[in-house]
Formats: sequence, structure tokens, C-alpha cells
Amino acid sequence: MSASLPASSPPASNGSEPVGAGFILKKAVLSALVALGLFSLMVGVRTEAGQSGQLEYWTRFGELASLVGAVFVGSIVVELLRLWLGPRGGLGSFVPASVQSGLSVAGRYLAPALLIFTLLVPVIFYNQRYILDLGILVLTYVMLGWGLNVVVGLAGLLDLGYVAFYAVGAYSYGLLSTTFGLSFWICLPLAGILAAFWGVLLGFPVLRLRGDYLAIVTLAFGEIIRLVLINWQDVTGGPNGISGIPRPSLFGIPLTPGPDGLAAMLGIPFSPTHRIVFLFYLILALALLTNWVTIRLRRLPIGRAWEALREDEVACRALGINITTTKLTAFATGAMFGGFAGAFFATRQGFISPESFTFQESALVLAIVVLGGMGSQLGVALAALAMIGGFELFRSLEVYRMLVFGLAMVLVMIWRPRGIVGHRSPTVFLEKSKSISSDLVKEGHG
Amino acid sequence: MSASLLQIRNLRASYGKIEALKGVDLDIKAGEIVALIGANGAGKSTLMMSIFGRPRASSGHIVYDGSDITQVPTHQIARLRIAQSPEGRRIFPRMSVAENLQMGADAGATTEAQRAETLDRVFALFPRLKERFEQRGGTLSGGEQQMLAIGRALMSRPRLLLLDEPSLGLAPLIARQIFDAIRTLNRQDGLTVLIVEQNANHALKLAHRGYVLVNGLITLSGSGAELLQRPEIRAAYLEGGRH
Repeated sequence: MSASLPASSPPASNGSEPVGAGFILKKAVLSALVALGLFSLMVGVRTEAGQSGQLEYWTRFGELASLVGAVFVGSIVVELLRLWLGPRGGLGSFVPASVQSGLSVAGRYLAPALLIFTLLVPVIFYNQRYILDLGILVLTYVMLGWGLNVVVGLAGLLDLGYVAFYAVGAYSYGLLSTTFGLSFWICLPLAGILAAFWGVLLGFPVLRLRGDYLAIVTLAFGEIIRLVLINWQDVTGGPNGISGIPRPSLFGIPLTPGPDGLAAMLGIPFSPTHRIVFLFYLILALALLTNWVTIRLRRLPIGRAWEALREDEVACRALGINITTTKLTAFATGAMFGGFAGAFFATRQGFISPESFTFQESALVLAIVVLGGMGSQLGVALAALAMIGGFELFRSLEVYRMLVFGLAMVLVMIWRPRGIVGHRSPTVFLEKSKSISSDLVKEGHG
Repeated sequence: MSASLLQIRNLRASYGKIEALKGVDLDIKAGEIVALIGANGAGKSTLMMSIFGRPRASSGHIVYDGSDITQVPTHQIARLRIAQSPEGRRIFPRMSVAENLQMGADAGATTEAQRAETLDRVFALFPRLKERFEQRGGTLSGGEQQMLAIGRALMSRPRLLLLDEPSLGLAPLIARQIFDAIRTLNRQDGLTVLIVEQNANHALKLAHRGYVLVNGLITLSGSGAELLQRPEIRAAYLEGGRH
């Protein structure tokens, strides 16, 4: 069994690296000292404004001592674990090969199983409004993640202002529907087009930027959009936002209790859950559309060009790829899906304000893409489920949930630096490649 | 055929204030292998890149197959059946060998049948690529990556192939395989090749004609065999390491 591998490695690591008790102790003391420095003011001294506004403070040395102690013990435990697991004590070394192959088989059926389960969610949890709402929220982030995945995962353009397109989509629908009375189904493509337009607008100035510089400019772009929404009171309503945004209809049939409503037409008693279920399937359809388009594009020259652009810009130029259009289409495509999601958000909430479109949203969506594995569709969906769903599950933990999530993210990045699903599935002609190789084989035989 | 496939006349190009090419004249006839040799920083790679418009020529002309391409956008030049295997190989490391080759075929806008035919040709030249077909480009060895870079360039079915330092960092045996493949391509497929090399000995033996570039100017030209005999060439490029 694979037990022989880890068993043989500790002596080897002892021999090659001088990892003794002294080293472990020294490291633990150093960690504890760093913790002491960090926490002495954060935890050790508590300050508060007194009755008349004066500074009041008191010390909490007990808590400080326990924290430093925890770091000291934790450091020793981590070192011992590392010693025990061998020098490369990753996940792979203590998961047996048989389990790993079993996991890969399960992985193949994971996506279809997840899809079927998602389709059945409104049936299973029909009476649980909370779960349905949570499902809608998760799916919104799945869609946003898939949209951003085009820009970050495929084209490799680090975009920290993705929420701007989400906002453009939401405000497009909000404004078009409240001022011109346009229906959701007319506004949805318009919101996508407008967001794509803004994507191109952002794309032009950043054509020559890469990496960090690009990230800074996109970050600023996201903030600019939010500030415009806050300050352009005449149009956007400023911080008050837009309220009374119409709910979506099923191709013109409203989901209302009145005689024209869907329930009355179908002859079933009206229930407010109908609308929630409808919204659930709507966002599911939109997300699946995003996924389908992305998968299709990856197999076309433009999608390959995006991925090649992420890999090497100079080589792309030498191969006759128009860098300008390739980058702009990536921005536009990603932005368009963000716009769709924004329009959905607006119709679901019925109320939007700039508060919903802060940098935190961009960061959250980016975290979903990076944690899921850049470029991996399934990974992004799983990451969205874990981040949003998990966040809700641990709501009872109050302040600690942020801590737990920070820790979870750090752990994922240590163990799986390429994301939960780091594997990138090749897109080029599997069937065709087989047919070609069989041709060659035939030639060889003849 | 003795008509020039590529004519470069008085080409000047610069990076900012530094002029890298100071009036270069160069001719490549159809069916020829032309070697461009010179020391580090002589402007060899710049000359090759400026054929693709990067850096753009500040004056002079580049005429390909009878039409002036001096001001044609880079991405369109690649569609005129000029292909380039850039310095340092620059394959796409996270994409599979198949996808790398497909990227080359995309540039040529070839039909499905042409693509399959060219792929067979590339596999015949570099059987290793067939073995590695679904492997990620970044997992290949240096020699295999060079084969992939050349194969990728060939996938666009070029008439003129520009090779920048194909033997860079390769073991002598692998370098010889690469040079053999270039010779085969030239003899059997009639491919015209411009090859930039530091390995002057190899390149001049392979090439019909050669040019020597020094500080942005062509100082010598002639047949490969001729240049190999010139004492200044021997001193500067062939025996330089022994001084």
C-alpha cells in the first residue's frame, strides 16, 4: 500500500534537513514573539470612548497570554506534523492512490449530479423559502464567477472592478424599466449590451497594461462607477438608489395574485413561492447560458486566443492574433455576463443602491474564481457554493465566520495553489486527434 | 526561381532613442535558406521582429512577394504566410501540444483537410510531438519545446519561415535534429527560411547564403561556404571562444 511512502520519508527528511527539537523550539519562540508584537496592542489593550468622549482603556493581559501561548503550541504542532508527514506533507501524500482514483471517477459524475440536484432544489425545498433564496444567491455568484472567469481565468486579465459591470447591468434594468416601462425580457439583452459596451470602454485604456497595473486601473474603474452612481443624483437617485423596480414576468404573464396572473391562468391557487421558484430557474438558466457560451467559445479560435494571450502575448502576436480585439472581446464578454447578472439582481431585489456594488463584491467574485481554479467551470461553481453557502451556514458563528473563511482560503491556497479544481481540461479536438493518429497508424501498417 | 520573396531595403528601426538597425539591405530568394549571424546585440532579432512590424521600421522598405508590408499591422503579416518561431521558443506552457499546434493553424486560416495534412507533416518531421500530443506544452523538454515552436509556425502553412535562435540552449544532438528538420523542410517542401543564429558554424553550413550583422549594419554577405572560409568570420564567430 501507499503507507510505505510516508513511512520511508521521515527518516530521509531527518537525514537531509537538520530538523531537531532545538529548531522547532526556536521557531515556536519566534512565532510567539511575533504574535506578542502583533496582538499586544490589538488584544492586550482595549480602548473605548468614555462618557464625555475621553479615551478609556484597560489591559487584557490574560487574553493576550492565551493567544501567544496558542501560537507557541500551534507552531510546535505544525512542525511536528510536517516532520511526521515528510518533507512534502501535502494532501497527496496521505491520500491513498485507490482513493485518489476513486475521487477522479466521482469527479467525472460530480458536474452532472450537481446539475440534477440544482434542478430539483425547488421541488425538494419548495416550502423552505430560506433555502430557495440562498440557492438564488449562490447561483448569482456562480454566474458572476463564470463571467469573471472569462476575463481572469481564460484571458488572464486581472480585473478587480468586475462589480462595475454588475452595477451597470442592474442600473440599466432599473432605469429602463422605471422610466420607460420596458419589460425584463427587453431590458435583459440591453443590460448585457450596455455592460459589454462599458467593458470595451474599460478595455481601451488598459490595452497595454498587464498584471498589477491592470489590477489597479480596473479597481479604480469599479470605484468610479460606484461614485458616479452615488453622485449623479438626478439620474441614479444617488445613495437612495432606485426602488419599485418591476418583477420579471413569464413572457408577459405576471406572477401576481390578480386575474391576469400566472396562477389564475393555470387554475392553481396563488402562492408567493411561485415567484421565488421562477427566479431560481431564471438565474439557473442565465448561469447555464454563461457556462455554455464559455465552453463553446473555448473551442473556437477566439477562446483559444484568450488562453494563448494569458500564456504569452509576444507569441500571440507572432501567430497573427490581433491583441486589441482579443483583449476587448474578453472584457466585453465577461462584462456582458456581469450585466445579465446585474439585471437579474435588480429584478429580484426590486430595489438597488450603490451600496450593493462595493469593492467587496469584486473581491468576493475574484476569490471565487481563484479558489475554484482559474479557468475551471466546475471549480468556480463549487467555490461559489462553498463561499456563499458556507458563509450562510456559519451565520450562527457571528464574528468568527470571517476568521474561519480566511483560514479556509489560506489552507486551500497552500494545498491546492491552482484552486480546488486546478486541472485544466484540454479543448482541442480529442476525437479529431484520435482520427488523425489512427490515420497515421494505418499508414504505418500499409 | 530567382525572384526575391523578401526584399529589405535600407531598413532602420529603433527602440526609443537607440537605433538598432541603421539601414539594412537583405534579400531572400524563394527556396533559399538564408542565415543571419552576428554577435549579441548586433540587431539580429530586431531585424527579424521588424519584418513583423515590431518594432516598426522608422524608414526603409520591406517588400514581401511583390507587395510592400512595411506598414501592415503585425497580426495581418502573420496571415500572409510568413511564420515565425520566436526567440526563446515561447510556446504556451499551460496549453496542450495539440492546442499549441492548433493556435498556429488558426493563424493560417486553413481548411480542415489542410490542417490534417500539415499536422501529418509536422508529426513526420518531429515524431516526438505526436507522442506528446495531449501533454501540456510546459512539461516538454527544451528540445521538444523547440520542435513545438517550429511545428506551431509550420501549422499556418508558411512560404517564409523566420527562425530565431532555434538551437538556443539545446544539447548538440538535439540541435542537429532541429537543423536536419530545417534542411528537410527546405529540400522537400521548398520552404524558404531565414535563420538567425549565434551558432555561426551550424547556420552557415546549413544556409545557401549568409549575412553578417554588426551594430545594426550588414558588413558581409555571401554563400554559406564562402563566409565559413573568411578569416574575419572564423576569428569573430567560429574561433572566438578560444582566444
